[in-house]
Amino acid sequence: MAVCIAVIAKENYPLYIRSVPTQGELKFHYTVHTSLDVVEEKISGVGKALADQRELYLGLLYPTEDYKVYGYVTNSKVKFVIVVDSSNTSLRDNEIRSMFRKLHNSFTDVMCNPFYNPGDPIQSKAFDSIVSTMMVQAC
Amino acid sequence: MAAAQVGLPVRLESVAGELPLPVFVGIMNELEMRYPNHPSTNESQPHILGSLTGSAPRPPADRPVLRHPDTSMDKQEAWSPPRSPGISPPRSPSAYRSYPYGAQRNGTDTLLAYDGKVPGRPSVPQENSSPSHYSLKLQSEQPVITRVASVERLVERAEIDYSDEPWRITEEQREYYTNQFRSLQPDLNALIMGTVAKNFFTKSKLPIPELSHIWELSDVDKDGALTFPEFCTAFHLIVARKNGYPLPETLPATLRPGFVEPGVVAVPPSEATEPLIVFDDNMMPGANQLEMGSVDLQMTSRPGVTTKQDTRDESRKPAEFSPKRIPDLHEKPIQRVSTLKPDSPQELDANMKSRTRPRSYSSTSIDDAMKKVEEPPTPPPRPQKTHSRASSLDLNKLFQQSGQGSRPSQHSLSAKSGWLPPPPALPPRPPATQIFSFLPGSEKSSQKAIQQPNFADFSKFREEDSTPRHQGHAPQKPVRRKLHPESQMATPPSAMPYYAATLTKSTQRPPPKQKREIQMAIRKNRETNAVLTRLNSELQQQLKVVHRERVTLESQLELLRPVTST
Repeated sequence: MAVCIAVIAKENYPLYIRSVPTQGELKFHYTVHTSLDVVEEKISGVGKALADQRELYLGLLYPTEDYKVYGYVTNSKVKFVIVVDSSNTSLRDNEIRSMFRKLHNSFTDVMCNPFYNPGDPIQSKAFDSIVSTMMVQAC
Repeated sequence: MAAAQVGLPVRLESVAGELPLPVFVGIMNELEMRYPNHPSTNESQPHILGSLTGSAPRPPADRPVLRHPDTSMDKQEAWSPPRSPGISPPRSPSAYRSYPYGAQRNGTDTLLAYDGKVPGRPSVPQENSSPSHYSLKLQSEQPVITRVASVERLVERAEIDYSDEPWRITEEQREYYTNQFRSLQPDLNALIMGTVAKNFFTKSKLPIPELSHIWELSDVDKDGALTFPEFCTAFHLIVARKNGYPLPETLPATLRPGFVEPGVVAVPPSEATEPLIVFDDNMMPGANQLEMGSVDLQMTSRPGVTTKQDTRDESRKPAEFSPKRIPDLHEKPIQRVSTLKPDSPQELDANMKSRTRPRSYSSTSIDDAMKKVEEPPTPPPRPQKTHSRASSLDLNKLFQQSGQGSRPSQHSLSAKSGWLPPPPALPPRPPATQIFSFLPGSEKSSQKAIQQPNFADFSKFREEDSTPRHQGHAPQKPVRRKLHPESQMATPPSAMPYYAATLTKSTQRPPPKQKREIQMAIRKNRETNAVLTRLNSELQQQLKVVHRERVTLESQLELLRPVTST
């Protein structure tokens, strides 16, 4: 159950960002922004091997005391960032991976829509619903 | 006629007072919905008449509550200047009321009329071809005229649409959509590419986010292209939206690509009748009982569509069926219908769908996705291809001595899917099974007559199975007779009927037989050659690509080497 989910374009501007509104959204925006540095570091770090060898799932980018940030990058340099509450210890790596996979699938569906121009903010309701299922339900 | 009769008294009533308005508005929606380009008229009253065709006590029941506020607003509207296109949602129900019945004539209009609101009705003097779809101009004297016209319309359309469902595609609509589809893509089994569809639907002047949403709803296999049912769905949603219906969040079951109209008794025997019966019993909740009436009328066209779907199943997009099961949001019994289609393609599709998904990781381009979805085509074309390559031995074995005349394999399906015609000697089983399943599905009774006698032969002469449909009966007979004495597959007892007849002839022409054998062999070799050269060229291209990649990799490596060394 994520607290915040963000999709960032290749040029590092957000295509989609959504967080649980209970806590300040600005905080999450900032967190995602700073996590981009880590993502860049990770994808540029693999010098020898190219995209084929580099795994899409980047894993835990960095933990803070409140939450953990996971990253995932596609072959077209679109990044997905998931922020998870640290208190939610039951979340395993596999679950995070499956969340990213779902995200990637629905993102591909959005891309397939000819009415969507790559680079536009994502306004698809289907994508929204997928993201909602993955977010912590606001109580 | 009955509808007209019902309509007439109502018309008089409506002249009398405004009260009936809300009651009938609901029914007319369905009829209005069908026609995308409606000159926006004024009157809601004409629509009352259309609604009467439904003659349904039921539909108004649900609607009047909704419509009352609208009609009241509508009345106010009458005296207000035409509204701007930017209308808030509450207006939209009254907006579609503005689409007159006379515009039903536009059902056959071409797409060109899509943009301009060409008034199809002579009785509508006001030129509502203005882009403001939602402008309402109520005029008191016009109602009478429009009503008359609409009654005429209704009489024509009366028998067609009893359905109350706005999400059900009527026959006229389907025809219209078919024509539109053909204008974009002549082959009904093929796909409309995303960009083409985008341009087409953009002409409808709906806002892009809505079009985007419609696309998401209708492209169930998520391949960035529309098959014919998907296209119908999308078009129907657009029509609905233009008539003021809010877009649904999820695709209604009736609009799913595999949706089969209930009560289609005339379905080809290939489909089990039981599922259809189940279908009838489990009508969608809220479905109008009058649907049965429409069902009868749709029956005639259904077989056409289902056979189309059959061929489509077999030839084109099996993948579209699996999503029908996946987004099972409504949990309506009708969902079962989608599973009632031949089950094997569905199982296949589930696999394909899961298979296509992983591919999406490596290439997000639509073209690649398209190509990859195309890759698991129906079984029949594929085995032919492999057989053409690998079975040259088999072919040789089969036709060593047989002097089969060459038959262009005229697989209608393979032709449709654009594969090269397989070599004359088709592999026995897949095409045969395909033919067997196709035969029951075929509606062409004339062909059936031809095929019936061939049926007995099919088990023996599988290689000829595709051709009987397209060639005359007579030309084949000599071929088959030649096959007889040599064919190892021929089971003697079944061969008997022909054997006796053909024996005499066969003995008379050994020399041409040998000649034909040679010709056959030559042809076969040529074909395998062609296939192999094709393969070769493809591999060469791949090799080039790989070379290029290697070069880039090496250059990058060299770039990095100084970095890592320091």
